[in-house]
Amino acid sequence: MKPAPFEYYAPKTTEEALQNLTDLGYSGKVLAGGQSLIPAMNFRMARPSALVDLNNVAELAYIKLTDDGGIAIGTMTRDNAVEHDPIVKQRMPIVAETMGYIAHPQIRARGTFGGAIAHADPAAQLPALSLALNAKLLVKRKGAERWVTAEEFIVGPFMTVLEPEDMLAEVVLPPLAPRTAGSYKQVSRQRGGYAQAATISVVSLDDRNHVKDVRCVLFSVGETPILSKYAAKVLVGNEPTEAAIADVAAYAAKNECDPGSDLHGTTEYRRQLVEVLVRRALTEAVLRAKK
Amino acid sequence: MTQLVKINVTVNGVPYEREVEPRLLLSDFIRHDLKLTGTHVGCEHGLCGACTILFDGQSVRSCIMFAVMADGHKIETVESLGTPEHLHPLQEAFMEKHALQCGFCTPGFLMTIVDYLGDNKNPTDEEIREAIDGNYCRCTGYENIVEAVKLAAKKMAAHS
Amino acid sequence: MAERVFHKSILRNEDPQILAGKAQYLDDIELPGLLYAAFKRSDYAHARLKSIDVSEARALPGVIGVYTAEDFGDLVKPGPLQVPPPTAIKGATYSSRTLMPIAKDKVRYSGEPVAVVIAESRYIAEDACDYIYPDYEPLEAVIDLEKALQPGATLVHEDLPSNEAAHVVQERGNYAEAAKKADVIIKKKIYVDRVAAAALENRGIVINWDEKAQMMTIWCGTQSPITLRNATASRMGLFENQVRVITPFTGGGFGPKINTSMPDDVLLTELAVRLNRPIKWYEDRRENFLATTSERDQVHYAEIALTKEGKFLGFKDVFYHNSGAYDPYMMTVPLNTQTHTVSNYNIPNFYTEITMVFSNEMVVTPVRGAGRPQGVFVMERMIDAAARELKMDVAEIRRINLIQPDAYPVSTGIIGQDFVEGVLDSGDYPTALAKAMSMIDYKKFREEIQPKARAEGKHLGIGICTFTEGTGVGPYEGAKITVGGNGKVSVATGVATQGQAHYTTFAQIAAEQLGVEVKDVKVVTGDTGAFAWGAGTFASRGATVAGTAIHLAAVKVKDKALKLASKILETPESELELVGGYIQVADIPGKKISLGELASMANPMRGTFPPGAEPGLEAVAYYGPPYGATGAGCMAMILDVDAETMKPKIERLVMVHDCGIPINPMVVEGQVHGGIQMGIGNAFFEKVFYDETGQLLTASFMDYLFPQATDMPPKIEMGHTEIPSPLNPLGIKGVGEAGAIPTPAVFTQALEDALYDTGVEIMESNLSPSKVYSYVMKAKGA
Repeated sequence: MKPAPFEYYAPKTTEEALQNLTDLGYSGKVLAGGQSLIPAMNFRMARPSALVDLNNVAELAYIKLTDDGGIAIGTMTRDNAVEHDPIVKQRMPIVAETMGYIAHPQIRARGTFGGAIAHADPAAQLPALSLALNAKLLVKRKGAERWVTAEEFIVGPFMTVLEPEDMLAEVVLPPLAPRTAGSYKQVSRQRGGYAQAATISVVSLDDRNHVKDVRCVLFSVGETPILSKYAAKVLVGNEPTEAAIADVAAYAAKNECDPGSDLHGTTEYRRQLVEVLVRRALTEAVLRAKK
Repeated sequence: MTQLVKINVTVNGVPYEREVEPRLLLSDFIRHDLKLTGTHVGCEHGLCGACTILFDGQSVRSCIMFAVMADGHKIETVESLGTPEHLHPLQEAFMEKHALQCGFCTPGFLMTIVDYLGDNKNPTDEEIREAIDGNYCRCTGYENIVEAVKLAAKKMAAHS
Repeated sequence: MAERVFHKSILRNEDPQILAGKAQYLDDIELPGLLYAAFKRSDYAHARLKSIDVSEARALPGVIGVYTAEDFGDLVKPGPLQVPPPTAIKGATYSSRTLMPIAKDKVRYSGEPVAVVIAESRYIAEDACDYIYPDYEPLEAVIDLEKALQPGATLVHEDLPSNEAAHVVQERGNYAEAAKKADVIIKKKIYVDRVAAAALENRGIVINWDEKAQMMTIWCGTQSPITLRNATASRMGLFENQVRVITPFTGGGFGPKINTSMPDDVLLTELAVRLNRPIKWYEDRRENFLATTSERDQVHYAEIALTKEGKFLGFKDVFYHNSGAYDPYMMTVPLNTQTHTVSNYNIPNFYTEITMVFSNEMVVTPVRGAGRPQGVFVMERMIDAAARELKMDVAEIRRINLIQPDAYPVSTGIIGQDFVEGVLDSGDYPTALAKAMSMIDYKKFREEIQPKARAEGKHLGIGICTFTEGTGVGPYEGAKITVGGNGKVSVATGVATQGQAHYTTFAQIAAEQLGVEVKDVKVVTGDTGAFAWGAGTFASRGATVAGTAIHLAAVKVKDKALKLASKILETPESELELVGGYIQVADIPGKKISLGELASMANPMRGTFPPGAEPGLEAVAYYGPPYGATGAGCMAMILDVDAETMKPKIERLVMVHDCGIPINPMVVEGQVHGGIQMGIGNAFFEKVFYDETGQLLTASFMDYLFPQATDMPPKIEMGHTEIPSPLNPLGIKGVGEAGAIPTPAVFTQALEDALYDTGVEIMESNLSPSKVYSYVMKAKGA
């Protein structure tokens, strides 16, 4: 289990990195934390001919408040830096909560926030989180940049809008409205393992405790993270009653996800999990938002 | 032509300058280039934890990093802890609680725990289990490792 | 009197070296000029290998050679049987098709080597594998055991009339007659699936051929160094003493490392000589899943016949055992299943029939438990089915059928893996059951805790099962003990160590006799240069068989030392004692001689030597038991199941265990803990999946779920009973596999109990929440 040979580039600045990516085109691939890529290379399931290692680009690792009170996270920010960041914990506890589900601490010490989103693993937490929080993603290429919403960014399993010369440079999590809270729920065979089904649900309440906004994202149950449209349709403007939540959960499980059968779970079982988890997550998010 | 990259790495306080192939795994670099064979390789896909080292003070899997990524960084391996004659308190605790059998996974556990106990001085059983969850052991059933971590926390508090 | 060191929890001699990262494991060994091997493995489970193109691979820089079957000539033939066939069983039939070192013409399992690359680094060797192009003609894969036996089925070995590898029937009493008298007969089909040993250290080998000395040195983390040496020597036309096998520190064995004459050791010893360069192969995890042996795969059709009071009258078990593509290990595993199905219960009539089947899966050889967990699973699940039918308490139905403590020795009438009729040497099963029930508060759980939990909508379930573990089987082991001029004691034995604390427990046995400190006993295991005889580490036999040999050798050395000291100190032997490294005259302080001095005097360099005397304070002894010593126990478990997600949490786990007199209770507990980790894995996490084409779907830890710290119960609550074995002077029995044996049965029982309101019955091991959900849905008629 040794990786195949590759050419190696170690840029020190974003500019240099973008130049490398432009020069290499389809033969180049970004090496961020490497926690998914390198195992795949060790199995020789991934064999990029050239790697552009961003680990020396110090300017890509940061967490800062945006002017409107959101949080901007540099693409090379390590998962554990986000997990333990006091601003993140205080302003967006759902982010810190989610980070704790990513594999194990040793992986979070190397894995990067942007790297995981760009990898677009349908079973991974951060693409789902970015969708749940309606994140804005800054995509750079040599001499140009553009903003993409999380919804637009992922186009399929392990597929994004990124072109070979592109780099995901920054992720902006917009500020949460008052009385907004999220809940993360998953079932995985083992702690730190891939979810068999999971949801990140974020709920905003108004003064009367009616739902102002809800973003219920299902993941690891389809080709991409899935934003439940039905949740918004049923809940927004209404009281999040037990019955309404149960209705959303049942509908999402039946109609809004597409889990396959694999070694560890049948489609039926995973739909059952979606129903249970959505119900539990929405219930908890509502409870938290009321506080 | 095989590309070779010059790297400077400090391992257990000793600076090394080496030329390596970019694809060389950090675990192989530590074990075979530097001959520090205390770090073990059990799966080479980042799950078993036998290859855990400290990278700039944080526990990481050396089998899913390239040696070139260590350029300019500091690494500690199990050899940095204690010698057979003068074990580190954590190592002593492992011995006293029978927290190892074949010992192959042990260096990885030690490096995970030494990092963890740095930030968590008095963990509960459950917290310890979560902290060591990313290290596999086939011999001990983990229970004595949990006991050893608790004992080590006490010993280390007494030492500091 | 010297302080007793036997039967005492003494910290391990080997730990400081291991903890400091200074213990040498296989892959730590480097030699000048070392070359690295990698195998090109078949992607197909069953295919004709029409041709193979290695020209591109050979041309890669850094590649020394690429070899296929045609490069190995006569070497390409089936290897030796590792275990003889059970000819002692009347009517047994078998076909031995042993492992090929490299595939020729046909591949029979996914992962079978078709070429071997030798290169300057493992990286380059793996590169070369990518440039090897085999041309396969795929054949239908033989996967389903029962379909495999149907007429016209595709054949794994085309020279055989069918895929039947062996057939064995054993019976004590007469089941058919017993069934006629029964009030109740219950029939079930029961599955147990395959698991990997998954030692943290993979397999590996380093070989050095010294042409000038005509000496081959092999480092290998094998459980059977003597077998490896003997097979290598005879294959290569060398004397046994021209091959030295050294087992370095080994990162766990758990069964599969017993195998020799595998592709790696056969081909690489040959290439090391041919190339006259040392070669290393350290298996990677993917290879370990693909091409290291695994075990458990069986399908049982079981029947239990009972009175309406729940007394067992008879048991019938007809089962299919998956042997994999070859059967070099013959019938050890299914014979163990037979002997462990009924061993702890009074069942006068027992019929058991094995059909061993070839399939296009990896070869099956023992994995910690070795057939025993299947036997126990089948029996215990059938008892639970009976309890359900008779509306009896699951503990009570067990209690009334257990063999009583005054019955030993008990002949089982069933011939086991050691080819002699099984005899239970000693035990006390009712006490173990009672103790486990009391430790887990069985009565209180049933009467208070569970009803309360159920009233609150919680799903708490309890399981309680008994088991035996046949251990310490023959043929024999030996040991050599030598007192050095330094006053310390050296122990050498033929078994190898994979973490069992032999460096300490064997030292305790020797120190107990010789009055030295345990840390002053240096134990060498598994170095054929240090001790050249023995069979190996398997069947929980190291401590029992080699340990007894060490004891016997130590007694001899002690006698020799006392005789010599008696002359020198001019004191009768009866007044001498061994304490603190000295032989001293009791009650006369200062009148003593150190063992070191005595050792030097026992080896005079000048002068005369009495006829018949033997030099040195040294002795060799051998021990072979007439049959194995039987350990036993009872496990109880409480599960809390989330009935929506089917995720269970083990709330409590109690294990009451008997392994005779424990040499080192701390080590015994550790062994049991480890076995339970594997047992929990087997029950609910681990499963080697082959699809219908024979592709292995679990070739990584991403798919093969290895139990983690949070998958275990918060505490393993241990209770011991110490019933000494009468078979050996130390009263010891083996313990290595105990934890793995009852766990899947107990877990499944507790799971059913937790899900009481669904009426679910689960006759399958290696579960998952999804599978449990499917069973529940079926039970609900959904």
